[in-house]
Amino acid sequence: MQETLQAFIEAQNMGLLGAELWLALGVLVLLMIGVYSGERAHSQVTGLSLAVIVAAGIGLFLTVDRGTAMNGSFILDNFAWFMKLLTLLGSGLAIIMSVNFMKREGVINFEYPILVLTATLGMMLMISANDLITLYLGLELQSLSLYVLAAINRDSVRSTEAGLKYFVLGALSSGMLLYGASLIYGFTGHTDFVGIAEAMAGNERSLGLIFGLVFLMAGIAFKISAVPFHMWTPDVYEGSPSPVTAFFAAAPKIAAMSMLIRVVIQAFEPVTSDWQQIIALIAIASMALGAFAAIGQTNIKRLMAYSSIGHMGYALVGLAAGTQAGVHGVIIYMLIYMVMTVGTFACIIAMRRKDGSVEEISDLSGLGSRNPMMALLLTILMFSLAGIPPLAGFFAKYFVFVAAIEAGLYALAIIGVIASVIGSFYYLRIIKVMWFDEPADNFVPMDGELKLVLMASGIFVTFYVLIAGFVTDATSTAAASFF
Amino acid sequence: MTDWPILTMITFMPLVGALMIMLIPTDNAVAERNIKNVALFTTVITFIASLYIWINFDETTAGFQFVERNEWIGSFMSYHMGVDGISMLFVILSTFLMPFCILASWNSVKKDIKSYMIAFLVLETFMIGVFCALDIMLFYIFFEAGLIPMFLIIGIWGGARRVYASFKFFLYTLLGSVLMLLAIMAIYWQTNTTDIVLLLDPSRAESVIPASMQTWLWLAFFASFAVKMPMWPVHTWLPDAHVEAPTAGSVILAAILLKMGGYGFLRFSIPMFPVASDELSMLVFVLSAIAIIYTSLVALMQEDIKKLIAYSSVAHMGYVTIGIFTMNANGVQGSIYQMLSHGLVSGALFLCVGVVYDRMHTREIAAYGGLVNRMPKYAVVFLIFTMANVGLPGTSGFVGEFLVLLGIFQVNTWIALFATTGVVLSAAYALWLYRRVMLGVLDKESLKSILDLDGREKAIIYPLVVLVIFYGVYPMPVFEATEVSVNNLIVNYQAALEAAKETAQASLK
Repeated sequence: MQETLQAFIEAQNMGLLGAELWLALGVLVLLMIGVYSGERAHSQVTGLSLAVIVAAGIGLFLTVDRGTAMNGSFILDNFAWFMKLLTLLGSGLAIIMSVNFMKREGVINFEYPILVLTATLGMMLMISANDLITLYLGLELQSLSLYVLAAINRDSVRSTEAGLKYFVLGALSSGMLLYGASLIYGFTGHTDFVGIAEAMAGNERSLGLIFGLVFLMAGIAFKISAVPFHMWTPDVYEGSPSPVTAFFAAAPKIAAMSMLIRVVIQAFEPVTSDWQQIIALIAIASMALGAFAAIGQTNIKRLMAYSSIGHMGYALVGLAAGTQAGVHGVIIYMLIYMVMTVGTFACIIAMRRKDGSVEEISDLSGLGSRNPMMALLLTILMFSLAGIPPLAGFFAKYFVFVAAIEAGLYALAIIGVIASVIGSFYYLRIIKVMWFDEPADNFVPMDGELKLVLMASGIFVTFYVLIAGFVTDATSTAAASFF
Repeated sequence: MTDWPILTMITFMPLVGALMIMLIPTDNAVAERNIKNVALFTTVITFIASLYIWINFDETTAGFQFVERNEWIGSFMSYHMGVDGISMLFVILSTFLMPFCILASWNSVKKDIKSYMIAFLVLETFMIGVFCALDIMLFYIFFEAGLIPMFLIIGIWGGARRVYASFKFFLYTLLGSVLMLLAIMAIYWQTNTTDIVLLLDPSRAESVIPASMQTWLWLAFFASFAVKMPMWPVHTWLPDAHVEAPTAGSVILAAILLKMGGYGFLRFSIPMFPVASDELSMLVFVLSAIAIIYTSLVALMQEDIKKLIAYSSVAHMGYVTIGIFTMNANGVQGSIYQMLSHGLVSGALFLCVGVVYDRMHTREIAAYGGLVNRMPKYAVVFLIFTMANVGLPGTSGFVGEFLVLLGIFQVNTWIALFATTGVVLSAAYALWLYRRVMLGVLDKESLKSILDLDGREKAIIYPLVVLVIFYGVYPMPVFEATEVSVNNLIVNYQAALEAAKETAQASLK
């Protein structure tokens, strides 16, 4: 018996799934602990879920082999490895930031950290998916967990509304994705990416296949909230509890973007010029909408929703280039975007007065004199989100635009930088509210874990300029996986 | 040459000072004094250290000196610093003016002095970095980064319309710069380097940018530098920013940030895109001539002293751009001289306005009159700076303007004619300003008890008086430093034009 298992593991290359197996095992154990430990379940499970993420991270570090597993439906290359690390980081930070918030809001169900873990497991499968079926399974595992997370504060009308909205629209997009996948299978006879690419290589591309591609990309565009599939984002961001929003804004975006990169660069490499048009179009639309629609917002979570739509647009500029430099740009963009977003949400979660959380931008009035440290760090993050050097956000934009210029996409690059100037207006507005306006009422002191996250993010963003060379080396190895 | 990284030291010394200030707690008057002292000390030390560059500067070579080079981000960017005859004096100008800015803010800034000093010191680092950077991306990073502290300085410590002014300043400048960023990326893919030394090397075949690309790249760079300069019609951010900024902020804006545009033209536009510079020089001339006449007329009608000086800055920058694009020794030398002199003179004028503003808290010309009766010393120094601004012989303002006009006369007499008209107009607005503020009867109640310059103000203003007159009478130290580099720039430029002409002819055959 044991020998057959051993043989199975070796034949299927199960060693590559180390991190995923740790996560899956952790989820099962934590569910048991949650059910049986009664009162203290929430804090125990939260603590242990962090341990599971760390264990998965260590599992990832220990996996030095690269290759495919499960008959080629699962792939671990440098790209997947790096993106998984980012995803784990994003999920871990989201759990850390939720600890005190959830207690105060009275949302003390132990399912929260467990759902974050299952979502993370789904994301890791998405990143490693080398087959349309794996891709769909990973995506659904992630999405179903996220729907529940959005509605986790079930006594709040806004939260349940957000969950429902997310679910209905998400189901629609999953349907589109599945329909696209079935068309692709129908016209190529393959579900694995290598097979799809091979089937397309010699032949003339058929209309049905392009249809399939469009549907597939529409489904994925929904997950990264790119225009025109962004409608759910502002409502879900606003309605969900803030730590959940922080989670939504970081890790799932990384996973969906990685999945998109792998699908288009690997499976649809032969029809690059076709998907390039689509990506360029949604990049332009996302950047423009992100820049203009955020200007009128008064709620900071809605503003961050539009900001994230815009940022996905910039990241897609890199992908539109379709080159190694482009993929490299997207990887750096996602890394820096995640750090900036998490830091900003640490501030948003900390916006709390004695009578509860506040979310209006005007609540930040005069933060510069009330809490200079928090104001300074948020200012740095805002300048960074606007892409002003020498902060990290500048380098993120630099690498995607440099790829676009290399690929000759001048119009896209020009529209992009102009959108970034327009977009910088609303980041500046937040800075203006914090420093130029008269102080409003004080916030209650920031929780320790939020301070920690904010500080780490601020330091990373400020000093990225010093470690940029090192990071660029690491990310270019990851980008080289495809070429 | 020593191995000591002197440029890095000068560039980042203010940043160290800013970190030290950050560690000082702000709860009492002693701490506030310490903060000011640390800021002043840092800027003075930085200035003294920067003098080392001038003293040890080799005036016989056009190459870059005090060069430092380190790997940074693969092939994308390197940390490469160095100065030549064109950039060296701007470094000195920046470090020289900073202590005056700190002193000028000594008593006038009441709100959050700690952040104020930190912002200024950070700004100094970025300004010096702009002039020292020998990697075009490094240049861009310093160039853009300066927006952050300046935005905060205008927005936090500015006047009544500070929010409007700070946003306008930031967004205007950013919009110009991002187009330059794209151009830099295009240059990178075209030439495979971001290293300025390689890009300016005429013997490196890859660095020669095809004529078809040059026009577009030139325009992208122009978008950035013209806004920064600022040239008509994209100058409208400047009067707002100047008026709303605190005194020291105005000084830095006028004296140094505006010079980055001119420096950019000399460092990048002319040597890297010679063909486009040649073709589009008429555009620059016309815009500059319009700027000189139009903004001088606008200055004539201003009712706010700072706004008047701001418009006069735009007019004076018109001479600089004309001089640069004449591409003869007189014009280029003249425009560099004009930039340095304008740095001293406009800085001094804003400091002078600060003196009366601190007393009266208004910049309305109508609120003053007859100040000479109560403030004779102030009246004298203000007269000297006004005359220098007009370009009276014997002041530093004359040398630059005269050389520029000489240079442009060789190229285009019509433009020379219009530009010279500007000299007359500048005399008109400056003298009229002087009459309205200084001369006449002192009949306003509020002015009857106004006091003349105190010790601190004398310490700020007198050295500038000395320099303005010294460089008006004896301009040689500046010319000696810049001559070789400027000649080299012109020779390379002419050679590149010849080469481009030959290629064009060859392709016709």
